[in-house]
Amino acid sequence: MPDVDAIVVGAGPAGSCAALTLARAGRSVVLVERGPFPGAKNMYGGVVYPRVLDDLLPSWWEEAPVQRWVTRRQTMVMTGTQALTIDYRSEAWGEAPYNGATAYRPDWDAWLAGKAEAEGAQLLCSTTVTGLLRDGDRVVGVRTDRPDGELTASVVIACDGVNSFLAKEAGLYGPVDPANYTLGVKETLALPKEVIDERFGVRGRHGVDIEILGCTQGIPGGGFVYTNLDTIAVGLVLKLPALAAQRRRPEELVGLLKQHPAIAPLVEGGEIKEWSAHVIPEGGYDMVPTLSGDGILVAGDAAALCLAAGIWLEGVNFAMGSGIAAGQAAATALRRNDTSAAGLAGYRARLEGNFVLRDHRKLRAAPHLVLSDRVQQQYPGLVCGIAERVFQVDNPRPKPGLRRIVRSEARRAGVRLRDLARDAWTGGRTFG
Amino acid sequence: MTWSEVSFERRMSSVEFRVHERAHITVDGDACRGCTTKACVVACPANLFVPVSDGGILFNYEQCFECGTCYLVCNTQGAITWTYPEGGHGVVFRRT
Repeated sequence: MPDVDAIVVGAGPAGSCAALTLARAGRSVVLVERGPFPGAKNMYGGVVYPRVLDDLLPSWWEEAPVQRWVTRRQTMVMTGTQALTIDYRSEAWGEAPYNGATAYRPDWDAWLAGKAEAEGAQLLCSTTVTGLLRDGDRVVGVRTDRPDGELTASVVIACDGVNSFLAKEAGLYGPVDPANYTLGVKETLALPKEVIDERFGVRGRHGVDIEILGCTQGIPGGGFVYTNLDTIAVGLVLKLPALAAQRRRPEELVGLLKQHPAIAPLVEGGEIKEWSAHVIPEGGYDMVPTLSGDGILVAGDAAALCLAAGIWLEGVNFAMGSGIAAGQAAATALRRNDTSAAGLAGYRARLEGNFVLRDHRKLRAAPHLVLSDRVQQQYPGLVCGIAERVFQVDNPRPKPGLRRIVRSEARRAGVRLRDLARDAWTGGRTFG
Repeated sequence: MTWSEVSFERRMSSVEFRVHERAHITVDGDACRGCTTKACVVACPANLFVPVSDGGILFNYEQCFECGTCYLVCNTQGAITWTYPEGGHGVVFRRT
């Protein structure tokens, strides 16, 4: 007899949702976390979209540890001296059931793990899983760094994050391609709440999320600035091979973003409270590993379920969604007394049936398009150049037509109209 | 506009680390001597990889974010041995 029905490795959003779901189904679950508390190892680019919790935790918003509700969402395209911003504001996003929220991951993840505990899951912090226990090809438990630290279970759910050594050990990953990964770096800067409210044009618990293209000095990636209650976060996401192939270090690149004329007035005087970094799986659908094996399921970042699709940058919701599905699939398999690969195959079907893999499949071309050289290095200049020409009044010269502006700015930015048309077509097909 | 960037030391002192006596990452300096790119030096967000005059790399695990960047960008087979720290140790984020 195994020690427990299920072991969930990693008390991040995926693991806690899986553990909560299984515990609620009456199963014995151990939720293993290597940090001293859930969230201690986690960092992200700032916004949680928690509606996926509506069924699991009705009225989650009444107790979730939120910093601010995002009511102002901006996408900024910049060059070294220019910036064009789309600035959308919605009062509806400041009221239940809300849309996005900023939160500190140590708060959010600990809250969610507490919910799993309240349902009966056993949370084991300060415990590193060092490997899988196998019986032939079948996963039968985990080895931990505790004395006598072997723990057996009918099913192991690997929610051990982007590096997922467990999924790799289980043979669920193919060769790892660094091009599928980005490095996220972030400064948390302290500013008085009134100053943040003033600079970002919000009140109360309303907050702002700014996503930025063209701020990474030619390295494929992007930037972000968002508001917590009395801190702001500013950071970058940088494609790993390209970061490694140039000379500027991550903190220098963040420094350049902070000096940009569109960003400097927002972050000025902010005292650094924390510097942090995390790797992000950004390859999309095509890098998703095999999701289940004999006695094992993979969810969250461990399954590469981060959505890096330019206008949509999401991860925590995909982690929670996949964790819930993994918990459900494991509960079904346990009920049928079959946690073999075949018995657990329902997991992938669940993900294919909801937003997790549907969004990823639909947007499978998006990460490549968004991180392509043209989108990263040429289009920001083109977009800003067009904006400048459109809004600049060159009297006594008469206004040029829009078509002429686009054509001459494309030439200046080195963009061939044929490539622009092709990317527009790809974008239309991907996002349409 | 005046601009004063904080020192890297100050930047790293903003992060809590519970250092364990065992190094969870080890770097084989000999393997690094033949490496011409040394991608880890520029990419590590904690700046833990320091090139030394004999062409090798000096590495200290104590202020590691456990992010994985170094082994992902490393192109020298066997140069970096990477594990997570003992439970309860390593980086402890607070406002991330």
